[in-house]
Amino acid sequence: MPAEDQPDDLLDVIIVGAGPAGLTAGIYAARGRLKTVILERNMAGGQIALTELVENFPGFPEGISGFDLSEKMKQQALQFGADLREITGVASFAPRPDGGYAVATDQGEVLARSVILAPGVEAKRSGIPGEAEFIGRGVSWCATCDGALYKGRTVAVVGGGDSAVEEGLFLTKFADKVYLVHRRDELRAAEIAQERCFANPKFEYVWDSVPRQIVGGDLVEALEVQNVKTKELRRLPVNGVFFYIGQLPNTGFLKGIVELDDEGYIVTDALLHTSLPGVFACGDAHANPLKQIAMAVGEGALAAVQAERYLDELD
Amino acid sequence: MEAVSQDDFEAKVLKASGKVLVDFWAEWCGPCRMIGPVLEQMADDYPAVLFVKLNVDDAPAVAQQFSVMNIPTILAFEGGEVKQRIVGAMPKAKLAEELGPFLD
Repeated sequence: MPAEDQPDDLLDVIIVGAGPAGLTAGIYAARGRLKTVILERNMAGGQIALTELVENFPGFPEGISGFDLSEKMKQQALQFGADLREITGVASFAPRPDGGYAVATDQGEVLARSVILAPGVEAKRSGIPGEAEFIGRGVSWCATCDGALYKGRTVAVVGGGDSAVEEGLFLTKFADKVYLVHRRDELRAAEIAQERCFANPKFEYVWDSVPRQIVGGDLVEALEVQNVKTKELRRLPVNGVFFYIGQLPNTGFLKGIVELDDEGYIVTDALLHTSLPGVFACGDAHANPLKQIAMAVGEGALAAVQAERYLDELD
Repeated sequence: MEAVSQDDFEAKVLKASGKVLVDFWAEWCGPCRMIGPVLEQMADDYPAVLFVKLNVDDAPAVAQQFSVMNIPTILAFEGGEVKQRIVGAMPKAKLAEELGPFLD
């Protein structure tokens, strides 16, 4: 439509999510002089803000704390003029008759000609009895946040991937003993993490086992696990349980609007175009094969450049 | 925001005449560093409540006494009792909503 008919507050791009993907998209979009708003329902940084030390992001040979890295990305996006808004969540996302998009939040509706979806993922809950009851009293998804409160204690880590092993290793700095509970009889984590794990005498492996319930009084006292082969139940005396059993994409608000795969991840073509024109996706919630910061920032850059091209063609 | 210690926790928090909000935090905790500035701002917004912070590394006994096993944990005290318990970092609007009438 002609420019004079457009609402004054019409943005060039709305970026949903301020993790590494969304912040990188924000850096590129704002630096490209696009009117850019980044919406974040928690606090900027996404999953990496919970990471103690990021060792594999290029440019930081000595490693960098996830919090520091996300703060730097945030500063960089703000410095180029991106507007970062904290919201409690996206209530709805919908195409508008003029070809643009409306994102409804608790702080009102935001309108833009294009959208970059970078909503990220969150830790999957196990759903076992006791998990919800003991949040803050021994159940955690963040070893970096809570590990040091387990000095001299015993904890269980549930999972066998990179997160489980790396966070388990972090916990050995404080805890006397770390049970690693995994439903298979081998780990999926990267070799280097596995080597460190197997060399650490504080680990005890509970193979072929799944968590069944968490028991305790005021605080967690034990994790009951079941061997999937023998069906035998075992009670591990622990003060804390840390879950690393996978992630769920934060894409509930996109259901029925943008194409998602069976697990809820956003489907795109190779240039990150979703099923809607002018809507792009990047980062962990995108159906990509690698959930890493380097991947997220690469995709964030590409999504922003694609949005810019899309807007150029509209003009 | 004033820092309280193991030694003055009783005098400054438990025996305080008004409402006190305690931020259990630590240097190494990313989410704690995120919520720190939010609480500093709220301390200015809500003068009726005393906002203090307690470093759990320096005061493990206090953390244990109040069963703090995750940080950041925010405990809202009145008359020496815990009236509310909030676990995890969140933006200001959400935190204010969770704390609700305690802030008045």
